[in-house]
Amino acid sequence: MTVTTAGHVDLEPIQLLAPDGMATSDDRYQRDLPPETLGWLYELMVLTRDLDGEFINLQRQGELALFASCRGQEAAQIGATACLRKTDWIFPQYRELGAFLTRGITPAQLSAVWRGRWHGGPGFTGKCCAPIAIPIGTHGLHAVGAAMAAQRLGEDSVTVAFVGDGGTSEGDMHEALNMAAVTMAPCVFFIQNNQWAISVPVARQQAGPSIAHRAIGYGMPGIRVDGNDVLACYAVTAQAVQRARTGGGPTLVEAVTYRMGPHTTSDDPTRYRTDDELKAWAPRDPITRYRSYLEHLEVLTPRLTERIAARSKRLRAELRDAVLNTPDADIAEVFDTVYAEITPELARQRDALIAEVDWED
Amino acid sequence: MTQTIERPAYSDDPGDDLPARNTQTVSMAQAINRALHDAMAADERVLVFGEDVATLGGVFRVTEGLHETFGESRCFDTPLAESAIVGIAIGMAIRGFVPVPEIQFDGFAAPAFDQIVSHVAKYRMRTHGDVDMPVTIRIPSFGGIGAVEHHSESTESYWLHTAGLKVVVPSTPSDAYWLLRQSISSRDPVIYLEPKRRYWARGELDTSTPALPIGRAAVRRQGRDVTVITYGSLVETALAAADLADGIGLEVVDLRSLNPLDFDTVTASVRKTGRAVVMHEGPRTLGFGAELAARISEELFYDLEAPVLRATGFDTPYPPARLEKLWLPGVDRLLDRVTETMSRP
Repeated sequence: MTVTTAGHVDLEPIQLLAPDGMATSDDRYQRDLPPETLGWLYELMVLTRDLDGEFINLQRQGELALFASCRGQEAAQIGATACLRKTDWIFPQYRELGAFLTRGITPAQLSAVWRGRWHGGPGFTGKCCAPIAIPIGTHGLHAVGAAMAAQRLGEDSVTVAFVGDGGTSEGDMHEALNMAAVTMAPCVFFIQNNQWAISVPVARQQAGPSIAHRAIGYGMPGIRVDGNDVLACYAVTAQAVQRARTGGGPTLVEAVTYRMGPHTTSDDPTRYRTDDELKAWAPRDPITRYRSYLEHLEVLTPRLTERIAARSKRLRAELRDAVLNTPDADIAEVFDTVYAEITPELARQRDALIAEVDWED
Repeated sequence: MTQTIERPAYSDDPGDDLPARNTQTVSMAQAINRALHDAMAADERVLVFGEDVATLGGVFRVTEGLHETFGESRCFDTPLAESAIVGIAIGMAIRGFVPVPEIQFDGFAAPAFDQIVSHVAKYRMRTHGDVDMPVTIRIPSFGGIGAVEHHSESTESYWLHTAGLKVVVPSTPSDAYWLLRQSISSRDPVIYLEPKRRYWARGELDTSTPALPIGRAAVRRQGRDVTVITYGSLVETALAAADLADGIGLEVVDLRSLNPLDFDTVTASVRKTGRAVVMHEGPRTLGFGAELAARISEELFYDLEAPVLRATGFDTPYPPARLEKLWLPGVDRLLDRVTETMSRP
């Protein structure tokens, strides 16, 4: 089996746009995407930021149980998903609003999870997207399994696992990276290193030079990319995906980004991180950076801006409507979806509960 | 790909329209091997993988010949990583395959626990029924073979306490074959516990006539006085005890399928005898005997002549091999319980 890694990982993240929005001199990656694609990426980033805010609002109004904001990570998620084919599978964690929107999963669909109407993500698999995985780091293995399935189906589809910096400390991630490398599975591990696993900084997760450096030990390429640079995330992931698609095996991509918000709406980050840190990251906001670039290119027309604003307004209204007006699931569904055919004992328990509910009514 | 295995239909009267009987005497290990061969031949989606299952043919030779017959893509060795073995099965199932992973020994199911409990068991519900999880996890299980630590564990209570899994335990070569075929064709995950103490015990296998389906118990011996409820390797123990139970008629119920549970068969037997003893190898506290005793008490209290008793292992770690004969429930412990239940008015 060929080992495709050069055994070297550059600590300096790949960057195609500097924080001020000017193109860098890095000419190893494709930056000249068609204007429609450039505009689409911007639209997705703005919609993600807007909807993220709407989710937070709804949680603050008591309509959602919880929400995990992806504020600051839009470029990473959208870049890594936008470069895929629709038949490539993504395996998200739970902070991937940007990836979901890129996949065509509606905010209304996602709201079922945060509202507490159902687990996982209804209809996600219809978009080649696994349901959200809350146990950290466990779904990397599912992505590897699906990639091994693609090998056996004779497809050239690829799977992408979205994992965080904290997730890389889990044992399952070791097993996933190793399994993928040994089987040359067409799988890309896209690690969003957002610096914090709730309150624990990345320096407490590992002692190596970087997360990407671990790839050397697994025998796969590892690459660090500026996670706040959408074009770099797009280009680097596209290259890793292309390698996987053509039989080159897995890649470990570490997107260096920053979780601008709390871990979830239940978290209070003032207990563990400083204002200075927030101030240091603020000028690296992925949307500001990309907007400057597009303005410079004259891709960002008033027409596009208006279209995005209108779409944002519509999606926020749809989200609000779905949250406020979708009825709860029927309690029987909790029993009826456990097995393909309900077992006699479960049917008994279901009927007893329904009788209890009916009696209380 | 289309599913090519028909779910074997249960017939109360397996007589008339069935194909010619094809009966052979085989060991349980051979029966399991045959089931894997036949399932892989019948459905190209079926994949067998785990530690040492391919080139070696499994440490018990249960997967022998699969790699040669079906090739590397359908039967393959994995790295030594149980969580990965189950975790990749999930991804494969999402993409339409029918994985049959092997966990080499019961004690090594522990590293895969999270994948089984948090994902395999919950995936159908999580996706509101959109995704089937037809994963059959084979685990050579239970004690009595003089093994080192971690090779003799009873894990069934963990799986039985997890909604979304089915749990089956064969006691004969025929059940080993058919329960495995039925597990593999099930759209839901099945934990298939192989009583390794019985791997080499021989019995009749008829591959042309489906045995009872998952969810049905079998009365292995009729008796009028005490119902013995057990499964796996202890069915043979219960039958031996029945031969020795002087003047006491033991009815031996082999559960075969712990979830779904055939409580109707248990009910019919306990109604007849009025006495029940549950036997399993695993520790007593919160073993399956606790659930059976509770349910019999709840539903059959007025049919009982005596409390439901248990002949089980103990609430200790599994003992060293030299002591396992003392620790495991055997004929004597079962007959003690039988005598005890008979002595109650």
